[in-house]
Amino acid sequence: MKKESVSDKIFYIVKSNPIVFLLVIASIFVGIFVENFFSWGSLGNLISNTAIRFLIALGVSGCLITKGTDLSAGRQVGFAACIAGVLIQRASYAGRRFSAQVIPEMNMFIVLFIVLIIGAVIGLINGFIISRLKVPPFITTLGTQTIVYGLCLVFTDAQPIGGFQDSYINLVTGRIGKVDGFYLPYLLFIAAIFGVLFWFIYNKTCHGKYMYAIGGNEVAAEVSGVNTKNTILRIYVIAGVMYALAGYLLAAKSGGASASMGSGYELEAIAGCTIGGVSTTGGIGTIPGVLVGVLVFELLKIVLQFLGVNPYYNYIVQGLVIVVAVALDIRKYIAKK
Amino acid sequence: MADYLLEMDDVCKAFPGVQALNHAKLQLKAGHVHALMGENGAGKSTLMKCMFGIYKMDKGQIYMNGKAVTIKDPIDALSKGIAMVHQELQPIPAMTISENIFLGRYPQKKVLGFIPVVDHTKMNNDTNELLKKVKLNFDSKQKVGSLSTSQMQLVEIAKAVSANCKVLILDEPTSSLTQNEVDSLFAIIKNLKSNGVAIVYISHKMDEILQISDEVTIMRDGQYVGTWEAKELTINSIITKMVGRELTNLFPKKENVPGEVVFEVEDFTSINPKSFRHVSFNIRKGEILGVSGLVGAQRTELMEGIFGIRSKSSGKVMLHGKELHINRPKDAIDNGVAMLTESRRTSGIMGVLSVADNISISSLKNYLDYKISINSGKVDNLVKENVKKMNIKTPSSKTPIKSLSGGNQQKVIIGRWLANSPEVLILDEPTRGIDVGAKYEIYCIIADLAKQGKSILMISSEMGEILGMSDRIMVMCDGRCTGFIDRKDATQENVMALATKFSS
Repeated sequence: MKKESVSDKIFYIVKSNPIVFLLVIASIFVGIFVENFFSWGSLGNLISNTAIRFLIALGVSGCLITKGTDLSAGRQVGFAACIAGVLIQRASYAGRRFSAQVIPEMNMFIVLFIVLIIGAVIGLINGFIISRLKVPPFITTLGTQTIVYGLCLVFTDAQPIGGFQDSYINLVTGRIGKVDGFYLPYLLFIAAIFGVLFWFIYNKTCHGKYMYAIGGNEVAAEVSGVNTKNTILRIYVIAGVMYALAGYLLAAKSGGASASMGSGYELEAIAGCTIGGVSTTGGIGTIPGVLVGVLVFELLKIVLQFLGVNPYYNYIVQGLVIVVAVALDIRKYIAKK
Repeated sequence: MADYLLEMDDVCKAFPGVQALNHAKLQLKAGHVHALMGENGAGKSTLMKCMFGIYKMDKGQIYMNGKAVTIKDPIDALSKGIAMVHQELQPIPAMTISENIFLGRYPQKKVLGFIPVVDHTKMNNDTNELLKKVKLNFDSKQKVGSLSTSQMQLVEIAKAVSANCKVLILDEPTSSLTQNEVDSLFAIIKNLKSNGVAIVYISHKMDEILQISDEVTIMRDGQYVGTWEAKELTINSIITKMVGRELTNLFPKKENVPGEVVFEVEDFTSINPKSFRHVSFNIRKGEILGVSGLVGAQRTELMEGIFGIRSKSSGKVMLHGKELHINRPKDAIDNGVAMLTESRRTSGIMGVLSVADNISISSLKNYLDYKISINSGKVDNLVKENVKKMNIKTPSSKTPIKSLSGGNQQKVIIGRWLANSPEVLILDEPTRGIDVGAKYEIYCIIADLAKQGKSILMISSEMGEILGMSDRIMVMCDGRCTGFIDRKDATQENVMALATKFSS
């Protein structure tokens, strides 16, 4: 009897996370047949890629849980990357966007602070339009993403930004451990801190509970005394800060920035969240789920890369995974009705 | 049997937790107006939705001209000559009158002999003709959204007429019409009658019923009470037949006597001139004040106005003699006023969230550590206490509330409000859609709350509930308060009389 219940449990876990399970199988398969897949190098790579996407997805998750969305995420990441890049350029760098008299070389932590403030302001604008002017989030962020991209082009003059301070690059690409052995990138710790922080906000604070309540039934939440407007406003401000942080880190990770940076990241983040079980009909979603969703997406990319699939096909496969994952996920809820 | 154009026999229909129809029947004659009457929730609309194919009957048979028929869906009903004007109107505001009237059956023409397109000219001309026939002075190209509610209702009636139906169901057709419009509706009905159409007329307005109908069928609690010739009946005999049931032992005994006045409302008037106006009342400590009235009496609107969901143009709310300024629900809650809203689904439950989250949502601020972190232990205690005290049947406190029965959902939401220990509790139809057993439990909870000294305002459309629970009854009609009746003087008849005071 006892043995049966264990196998039932395993079956249940597989059944409730089919895509995750398939990907684990696929990566074991690839690991066995393709050399170097199971290496510290590819693990570190996976962690670094996932970490930045995870920060963006954390930001978007709040919007999705309240039945909203944020299409401006990717452009906000790009804008933050460019601002950080310009402010952090070495004074001695020949290709500076602005001469050192106009914008002096700044301490990278002051730059981080500036970038986060700008992210918060953009989030505040999104949140204000959505919560007070009642413009649907899809339309609001469709508009602001275009504006942010425009601002970014103006700010960079569409030129690539390079020549960063070494300490800045080291902050992000730095690692604990040996280069050719076991190592953990700093990004892992940054992502972990924010993962825990968000778990705390979502599960332990009024803001988090109100967020789920709004997603579950906005009218009922309002009638129950929840300040729905301010809760929604806060969600978009927090999201803006997260995109800014991701952008700041992304520029350092890439060693350069340009206006096109971050393009399409909003869709990856939304896809990661939905794969991870954040319901598009609102009220449902967990931080571990978001992490799994983003991880699955990044793992998929690496598997395809190691299999030597023509990169053009990657998009087709990724698109299929999004649709199939959500279709399977939704079946759980349909069956319950 | 062939005497009847349409007959419904032995119809049963159950919804989760309620038996909405219990061996109901209805027999319609061609060229007659048949009034269908009963209290709110007696099953009139449900029976009509079964006839129109919106609901599937659990049991029962429909005969047309003596032959058994099955009606699969509304399209099927329309093709058999049955048309319905719904109680809740559903026109599409952004479309024109003609587009609404012909929705689902647009006339088509072929361009170049083979490309089918909608024939707007024919549609508009037909609509204008139709509007003329029913004496409505609108242009077919006018957007429906630009019409008033009563005008929309007339357009919906025109739409039903245009289907050339044999049976026409009118569910509360006059609820938002002015007297002139009612007259023109009656003219349309007389015209249809002379063409041999059978009309089912659902209304709460007694004098209208007696004026227009030939037969009257009365329903109570989903059951068939009887059918009478309209001329045999009087307003009083209809009321007696509608509400006449045994009320003994359905309600717990209320033990406490109300104390001093706690909560006062003065001259409360809506910003909407057709809604509540100049309503004043007060409520005492430990008192249950029943609020009675017919559908459309604006009871819910008044309470939502007090609670800050709707706007008022004038009026004062006072708690212990101190004026409260309530602009949104949060203000009311912060001042010790709570409200269980009428529709559990749209403004009560948060379906996908757990029972625990649903109970604790409005009192989370009381359970914070260091002003930020919610103390899960304290919240768990609150939830456990409520589940136990109110006998909430749930597999666990983590179960999503939507998988609970209506009665248990209601108890969860009552628990949500009690967690804030309010002084004044507004309950809007607290037992709607709940089965008899759970109803009694909710009555016990309400009586117990009154005993604890809470002041309770209870809106109910069930006469039995109002008479059985209230210390005092406030009756509303047409947005106005028409009177107060003490428990000892209250009868169904005098409540009904106040509730229909302005109904002519």
